[in-house]
Amino acid sequence: MKINSFFYSIQQGVKNIWRNKLFSLASIATMAACIFLFGLFYMIVTNFQDMVQNAEEGVAITVFFQPEIGESEIIAFEDEITRRPEVAECVYVSADQAWEEFKSEYFEGHEELAEGFEADNPLANSAHYEVYLSDVSMQNALVTFLESQEIVREVHQSEAAAKTLSDLNTLIKYISIGIIAILFAVAVFLISNTVNVGISVRKEEIAVMKLIGATDFFVRAPFIVEGILIGLIGSAIPLVILFYLYRRIVAYIGERFHFISSMLQFLPVQEVFRILLPAGLIMGVGVGLIGSAITVRRHLKV
Amino acid sequence: MIKLEHVSKSYKSGVIPALNDVSITIKEGEFVFLVGDSGSGKSTLIKLLLKELEPSSGTITVNGQQLHKIRRRKIPKYRRNIGVVFQDFRLLKDRNVYENVAFAQRVVGTPGRRIKRAVPKMLSLVGLAAKYKSKPKQLSGGEQQRVAIARALVNQPKILLADEPTGNLDNKNAWEIMRLLSEINKRGTTVLVVTHNMEIVKAMDKRVITIRKGIVTEDED
Repeated sequence: MKINSFFYSIQQGVKNIWRNKLFSLASIATMAACIFLFGLFYMIVTNFQDMVQNAEEGVAITVFFQPEIGESEIIAFEDEITRRPEVAECVYVSADQAWEEFKSEYFEGHEELAEGFEADNPLANSAHYEVYLSDVSMQNALVTFLESQEIVREVHQSEAAAKTLSDLNTLIKYISIGIIAILFAVAVFLISNTVNVGISVRKEEIAVMKLIGATDFFVRAPFIVEGILIGLIGSAIPLVILFYLYRRIVAYIGERFHFISSMLQFLPVQEVFRILLPAGLIMGVGVGLIGSAITVRRHLKV
Repeated sequence: MIKLEHVSKSYKSGVIPALNDVSITIKEGEFVFLVGDSGSGKSTLIKLLLKELEPSSGTITVNGQQLHKIRRRKIPKYRRNIGVVFQDFRLLKDRNVYENVAFAQRVVGTPGRRIKRAVPKMLSLVGLAAKYKSKPKQLSGGEQQRVAIARALVNQPKILLADEPTGNLDNKNAWEIMRLLSEINKRGTTVLVVTHNMEIVKAMDKRVITIRKGIVTEDED
């Protein structure tokens, strides 16, 4: 394509948006609605996922050891645990620490009652590791490994919590993929439909262009430019709205519903938009491009 | 310049073909009328020459090129050597006279400076230099057809095909268009005019090819 034609195509693409104001508005509105839904959904999902992840990080396995195993052996075993890929953190709690913790919790305010145990730690065999997981779904594998070790006496785990969280995570993943796929398909369909209307209006123009000797690319280029621009505008508008909306809502919840905000930690807006901004823009431009390309193709058989 | 050898075209098998074993030769610089009733196959012939349709059999040669050998990708380049004018003008309604003519040059990637020189020249040839800013709906039918002719000629094609160019015009305008086409022919362009306006055809005294039901029935100078 010659450089003149290239600039002419861009210019025509911009002019086409203006010439077909109604059609352009309809397309931009359609696109904006889809990207808005996508963004809204993304915000909810990322926050939810973040909360689940936080909860996951709190899930721990407790490992107790055989009574005859000495402290030095237990400490040496830490390496074995931390080497495993699913382990995020491993905290050693000695028998004395365990007793101190128990004492401060159980005899709170009546510490003198515990004095009788001073010389004889009732939790002498309670030295243990608290193992935190990087991925809860791997909990079973870790437990199996630990239970197979000779020095290990007992492994405490909260299977229900782990299973619920990991199931929840998988569910969120599938729902996200499903909803994004549906939104994408709907957006392409709607854009393709609106471009179709725009093209039928200009069918004659396309026919004239082709009879004069325009190449397919020359005919297609302004529509593609138009599609990209509509995608860009149609995604930028909802993204700006979502940006302010998100900030306001998070701030509002923080102010008005103190009890929720202490339980639920919302992600900062920058964190959410680090992915949502490029994803939204790419989705908008992509849908505009694909929608117009598919539709123009159908009308080029002159 | 234009050569059809045993060309037939049928849209559906079993139905009478739109063109049946047509052989025509048009030399460079000729002015030829193609006449016939509606449905006689005239428009099919124009579409074949523009490579909008493929013949069912036979060969067509234009400007020394055999059309069946032109690949799809090369069709635009081929069409640039042929100017076309239609009964319904087919102007771009949202653009003014100047832009409609310039459009044909932009399509082929002509640089802006050359467009600025060529378009006014072409508009004065068709007598519309003063109306370059008007939109098509502000013009009479005859004027619109002249814009269409200017558009068809601005890329200096060797051949001009006119499909019923006076079909939508009154007698006075029809004559003006014909005079213009004749003038263009005198400047060296080969002109093929499809029409059923027999009054003009008789008065112009040019070569006339008559088609009936897809068959050439008469060809006289």
